[in-house]
Amino acid sequence: MNDKAKIPVGQEAIEKFGWLRAHRFLLLRRASQIFFLFLFLMGPWLGIWWVKGNLSGSLTLGVLPLTDPFIALQSMLAGHWPELTALIGALIVGVAYALIGGRVYCSWVCPINPVTDGAHWLHEKLGLQKGWQPKSGTRYWVLAMVFVVSTLTGTIAWELVNPISMLNRGLIFGMGFAWAWVLAVFLFDLFVSRRGWCGHLCPVGTFYGLLGTKSLLRISAARRADCDDCMDCFAVCPEMQVITPALRGTSEDTPLILAPDCTNCGRCIDVCAMDVFEFTHRFDDTPAPGREGRTRSQPASRASRAA
Amino acid sequence: MSAANRKPKAMDRRRFLQDSARGIAGCAVAGMGLAYLARDARALPAQAIRPPGALAENDFLASCIRCGLCVRDCPYDTLKLAELGVDGPATGTPFFTARDIPCEMCDDIPCVAACPTGALDKGLDNIDDAKMGVAVLIDQENCLNALGLRCDVCYRVCPVIDEAITLELSHNDRSGHHAIFMPTVHADKCTGCGKCEKSCVLPGEAAIKVLPMRIARTEAADHYKLGWEDRNPLVDELIDLPDRLPGPGTDNLVAPGGYTPDALPDPSMEGGFSPSFQLPGTGGTGQ
Repeated sequence: MNDKAKIPVGQEAIEKFGWLRAHRFLLLRRASQIFFLFLFLMGPWLGIWWVKGNLSGSLTLGVLPLTDPFIALQSMLAGHWPELTALIGALIVGVAYALIGGRVYCSWVCPINPVTDGAHWLHEKLGLQKGWQPKSGTRYWVLAMVFVVSTLTGTIAWELVNPISMLNRGLIFGMGFAWAWVLAVFLFDLFVSRRGWCGHLCPVGTFYGLLGTKSLLRISAARRADCDDCMDCFAVCPEMQVITPALRGTSEDTPLILAPDCTNCGRCIDVCAMDVFEFTHRFDDTPAPGREGRTRSQPASRASRAA
Repeated sequence: MSAANRKPKAMDRRRFLQDSARGIAGCAVAGMGLAYLARDARALPAQAIRPPGALAENDFLASCIRCGLCVRDCPYDTLKLAELGVDGPATGTPFFTARDIPCEMCDDIPCVAACPTGALDKGLDNIDDAKMGVAVLIDQENCLNALGLRCDVCYRVCPVIDEAITLELSHNDRSGHHAIFMPTVHADKCTGCGKCEKSCVLPGEAAIKVLPMRIARTEAADHYKLGWEDRNPLVDELIDLPDRLPGPGTDNLVAPGGYTPDALPDPSMEGGFSPSFQLPGTGGTGQ
């Protein structure tokens, strides 16, 4: 870590590239989240029924069926074999996310993402402690628990509490008290556990993460040799553990961020003033030399500071 | 850390076991909560009616993904998705309230066609075969027809008129010279659409209500033989039951109270009638 770490996150990139470029993927993501919500709201609000349904299942232009594969899987475990329409829909969604990265759902589509991002923003503003940080394996335990409960009770268990569908369905079909669930997630992330819900517990994200383990679309720390240890990418990344192997790797290690936890949100690309990161595909083998002769204790930067 | 380096295996095992125990315990608690909710979700309120073709409630909760496509394709806005804490059914599942908007029983059953998962059974191709519930004349004390008036509205609006609801004529004992036309539901024809409940002219609740099959119907008493429907004898050969001849026994009309062979009563009563018992307080033997 060096002195630059004390500058506000992304400040350098804003000064270097301008505010817009330093927020392009954040803005694109928000646009995407609004777009996918608006698709469903066009019907009830404007009477344009291009897309019917919600994120659990939908029908686009009367021909394209889409189904949440996580829900379809729970349904099968609960003892119901869905009709072909739902199976085709689940297959389409599953293949799409397997290609572009399962957790692209989390950062580009999921309506809870702005909620937890908002909680994190406030968390940082208030300078709160990070709180309870569940172990990295916890989310897999939660996922297993959902499958077990679905099997034993014969219900699509997670849909009884899933804040994602509560919010999405609530906005499209009528909210009831589902807002309380959303508020609970917000407060949990704000006071109990920093990045707790999306980053450590949500089984939907875990499922999509597993789905995209071998996805094509990946972020690469292609110019990692230029990294000046400002730590902005770590500060902005919701799953910061995924960066280290790629960014801090030696020349032999791949610069690709291959961890399934990476949501392909692109914020690391936004905030990096040295333009280290880029979107690429998993077979990109452009040589990306690691940083030579530099260790984490940073003797070089210490020397430059002393000078 | 150095201790861990010296004995990495023991520490790893201990840590692994501890973390696993913590994970399993935490998820077991959360899972029990979730399982409780799953059980609770099956308690469908009596007046929430599932769309036509809906699987039985247990199977429905395994198959309905709560996408709302049935709601969108319902041309009469009958269906809605249950809202958390407002409506009774499991959150996000489709239902309707007959008193608000009943099912209009579309011939093409668009809600069933829209369902992607089969939670609404595609096997239902004739809406007259639907069994969303069954109408029950639940308040016979306030039903106008039951009071002897000619309201007849539930009977008139029934899409399966004269089959699902008939008017059964009976004598009006109150007036002594009028009739009562009792609305009578025949469950095998009733689809549970709820038009009768919607149309009941009583203020507030309806006198006739659609109830789920599980509440409105029981199983027939299969251990009883309905002799007027099934005229075949229980066994092929006639069983020769003992005849009731004069003699000891409760049905012996000739000699009430029984007889002894030496005091056989005279069937022609020539010796005059002499009761075999005495009323208390009349004293002595009979005159």
